[in-house]
Amino acid sequence: MNELHHLGVAELAAAIADKKTSSVEAAQHLLARAKEHQNLGAYLAFNEDLTLAQAQAADARIAAGERGPLLGVPLAHKDIFVTQGFPTTAGSKMLAGYQSPFDATVVSQLAAAGAVTLGKLNCDEFAMGSGNDNSAYAPVHNPWDAARVPGGSSGGSAAAVAARLVPAATGTDTGGSIRQPASFTGITGIKPTYGRCSRYGMVAFASSLDQAGPMARSAADCATLLTAMAGPDIDRDSTSLDHPAEDYTRLLGLPREGATAAQPLKGLRIGLPKEFFGEGCAPDVLAAVRAALSEYEKLGATLVDISLPRTELSIPVYYIIAPAEASSNLSRFDGVKFGHRAAKFDDLADMYKKSRSEGFGPEVQRRIMIGTYVLSHGYYDAYYLKAQQIRRLIAQDFQQAFTQCDVIAGPVAPTVAWKIGEKSDDPVANYLADIYTLSTSLAGLPGMSVPAGFGAANMPVGLQLVGNYFKEGELLQTAHAFQQATDWHLKTPEGY
Amino acid sequence: MSDKKQASPLVQGYEVVIGFETHAQLATQSKIFSRAPTAFGAEPNTQACAVDLALPGTLPVMNRGAVEHAIRLGLALGSHIAEQSVFARKNYFYPDLPKGYQISQFEIPVVQGGEVSFFLGDEKKTVRLVRAHLEEDAGKSLHEEFHGMSGIDLNRAGTPLLEIVTEPDMRSSAEAVAYAKELHKTVTWIGICDGNMQEGSFRCDANVSVRKPGEPLGTRREIKNLNSFKFMQQAIDYEVRWQIEQIEDGHAIQQATVLFDPDTGETRAMRTKEDAADYRYFPDPDLPPLVIARDWVEQVKANMPELPRQMAARLVQTYGLPEYDATTLTQSPAMAAYFETAAKASGQAKMASNWIMGEVSRRLNNEEKDIAQVPVSADTLAALLKRIADGTVSNNAAKQVVDALWSGEGSDVDAVIEAKGLKQMNDSGALEKIIDEVMAANAPMVEQFRAGKDKAFNALVGLVMKASKGKANPQQANDLLKQKLQ
Repeated sequence: MNELHHLGVAELAAAIADKKTSSVEAAQHLLARAKEHQNLGAYLAFNEDLTLAQAQAADARIAAGERGPLLGVPLAHKDIFVTQGFPTTAGSKMLAGYQSPFDATVVSQLAAAGAVTLGKLNCDEFAMGSGNDNSAYAPVHNPWDAARVPGGSSGGSAAAVAARLVPAATGTDTGGSIRQPASFTGITGIKPTYGRCSRYGMVAFASSLDQAGPMARSAADCATLLTAMAGPDIDRDSTSLDHPAEDYTRLLGLPREGATAAQPLKGLRIGLPKEFFGEGCAPDVLAAVRAALSEYEKLGATLVDISLPRTELSIPVYYIIAPAEASSNLSRFDGVKFGHRAAKFDDLADMYKKSRSEGFGPEVQRRIMIGTYVLSHGYYDAYYLKAQQIRRLIAQDFQQAFTQCDVIAGPVAPTVAWKIGEKSDDPVANYLADIYTLSTSLAGLPGMSVPAGFGAANMPVGLQLVGNYFKEGELLQTAHAFQQATDWHLKTPEGY
Repeated sequence: MSDKKQASPLVQGYEVVIGFETHAQLATQSKIFSRAPTAFGAEPNTQACAVDLALPGTLPVMNRGAVEHAIRLGLALGSHIAEQSVFARKNYFYPDLPKGYQISQFEIPVVQGGEVSFFLGDEKKTVRLVRAHLEEDAGKSLHEEFHGMSGIDLNRAGTPLLEIVTEPDMRSSAEAVAYAKELHKTVTWIGICDGNMQEGSFRCDANVSVRKPGEPLGTRREIKNLNSFKFMQQAIDYEVRWQIEQIEDGHAIQQATVLFDPDTGETRAMRTKEDAADYRYFPDPDLPPLVIARDWVEQVKANMPELPRQMAARLVQTYGLPEYDATTLTQSPAMAAYFETAAKASGQAKMASNWIMGEVSRRLNNEEKDIAQVPVSADTLAALLKRIADGTVSNNAAKQVVDALWSGEGSDVDAVIEAKGLKQMNDSGALEKIIDEVMAANAPMVEQFRAGKDKAFNALVGLVMKASKGKANPQQANDLLKQKLQ
């Protein structure tokens, strides 16, 4: 099969199970394709021998009669997940060549489901960024326009899935790092409830916000991946939710309770926060989002005006809490045990300074400095403590909103993908562009991006859907119903 | 509050004020946030797992055993066990601190309040606790044998510690040492710490300041890592003298951290307040608040041994012992058990107490032995006490019996008494005969007594005892001699 890169997860799994192709053939094809498109900058590392060995093992399981929705399917991991047999760099020079002696839980659970690891995907350094231009190795290009960013920090994951280099990939979302690149590249991505996927083996950025999730071409494929990725891991991650694993595909294609096949979302109340539809959002993005919402009305949903009054505050709150946690999480990179150590130094303090100055890029250093400052004696109460108080209020605002609606919808980002380099010298402009995704992360709620059309320069626009805690199944059902009625998610960038 | 039955002892007119911070290493099998073992003395870096090495992607998971140890201490010292406490990160860079921060507790510790009571001489003292909090230990930097480089051993990294902090309630080095000994006794008694001070399982920091009576607290200096009771006393005494000297010379005390050098007997400043680090404490986002439900505390309580002070009260109640005896005998569970066995078997509680606190303890101390290594069993001691009580042997003769038992010369009390001929002469006929002989041979002395010289009586008793080769019952000899002289 020459065109198997156009198959999504479900189709590829079926083709492998039906022996129309094999896991080895799929892996070889996708490896070759990935290498052919290395100029996208999506992949950071391969281990062809290991990949093919995993594929052979999957083929053997299939030959033995086993079936599974991910069995034999090649996937790739954001370079934030430690992965045995591959270097894990977190997009940083600090961890160049670092080999982990263990797998992240998300990686091992996908492997147990029979998925094959194709390689490691580029990302912003330590997941800090929204354009994937903070990678220490190479910027990632947007397959829809190579001059533009793919979004970040899971930019490699988004670009690889959009360019049909891999049917699905893992990503991580701290303040929008799954949803925004999914929106920028026209794919589907979901960040589950905080704690739903184990953080064990994810190189930490901001512990209270980091969350793994899948990125794929459809809500259905995301549901399949998330089913394998999520679940309790309380012996290794204390913030993992002790809540049984669930099958996120169970509601797909089912009409909501009391609804009909013609109007499968009848009774669904979609809340539209007025703060997400104001002046700050570009008209082309708003137009695509509104068109998608009209489609939802046709599917039986009703639109409700709501308010999330502290949306603007989510930017300063996030950019205090996340750097604070990062400044501490990144202290372990000191040149002593692993990671980069400066070649020349005078004494211990000099070794720390040089190793860290050389190993960390400018955005990471900026956030370490911000975080160190806001935790300092005399500033802690005014910044960190205050931010935590507002964070709780933001979470309360969502609970208030969920008394009026079942799902919250709006844009993922205020604009389509910008040109590479356009915001490089303006960190604050980058931070402001996170306005619609940060509050969800601060509240720990599940959120996703669903392709909703195209905006300026024919660049993709995503619709953001946010659900209440543990409502990933309903979110995916809601997205799937939309994808049954539309084909935005099937659009492929030219040349791929 | 401290019992102020007596005024604080003053040193050159200054009152000494001492507070303690003690790090007790908790005797758990595995580390506080990982499953690596806590064995002491292993090859470097063999007792450290990925979590202890802080490898990227690793996360801490609380060891419930360490929490239970903290609950035990709280129960033993009458503290409040927080229903919810918080782990915080203490951020600083050091090569043997793998994460670049230590997980500790800052604003809300697990154990709050409580007190430690003990005797200083015969005066009862009580020191109030501020708190006890859980934290992880760091690794070790090895500066020798690496030729211009430093080695890092992370075996100790992540070992659970309980830091026990007092109010500045102590007023002398002797009181401080007595407090430390009592706390040491408590943590080993309830089995949360092996108490090995050489291996660093129990290390104390003393905050010391001096002031003129009635004045506000003086500036303190903290003496770090005192790992023996002897050094503790020396270090505090030196520090007190040094501070008084400084003040008398017109210098203000600067807040500082100091180390005690046992070789010179002096304390030396490590760092002053000016270069104190800003630890940027904040709640650890990797660990949810530690929630301790009431029934968990009850479970731990149900498995607690009888505590020293409860046991001491019971000894007073059951055996009619003075409080001092009861406190002394409850130095360790083994000591208390030894006493109770001896007291029950002999029916002579006070005598047992006297013998254990006196003869037995003295011999143990001389040989630097523990009660667990006592060569004379409690039952054997009881058999001897019975023989004292029924007049078979005198107190002095009984000491000779203990000599024989202790050295292994004999093991049966009666056999030893027999073999050594230590039996008191209780036969009045034989004794009368001896008395008659002594009176006949010392007629002038008898005359002196009859002439009113009382001293002569004692001399005669001594002669009777000597003639009986010490076997005469002194009381009986006394009585009989008195009769015959009348």
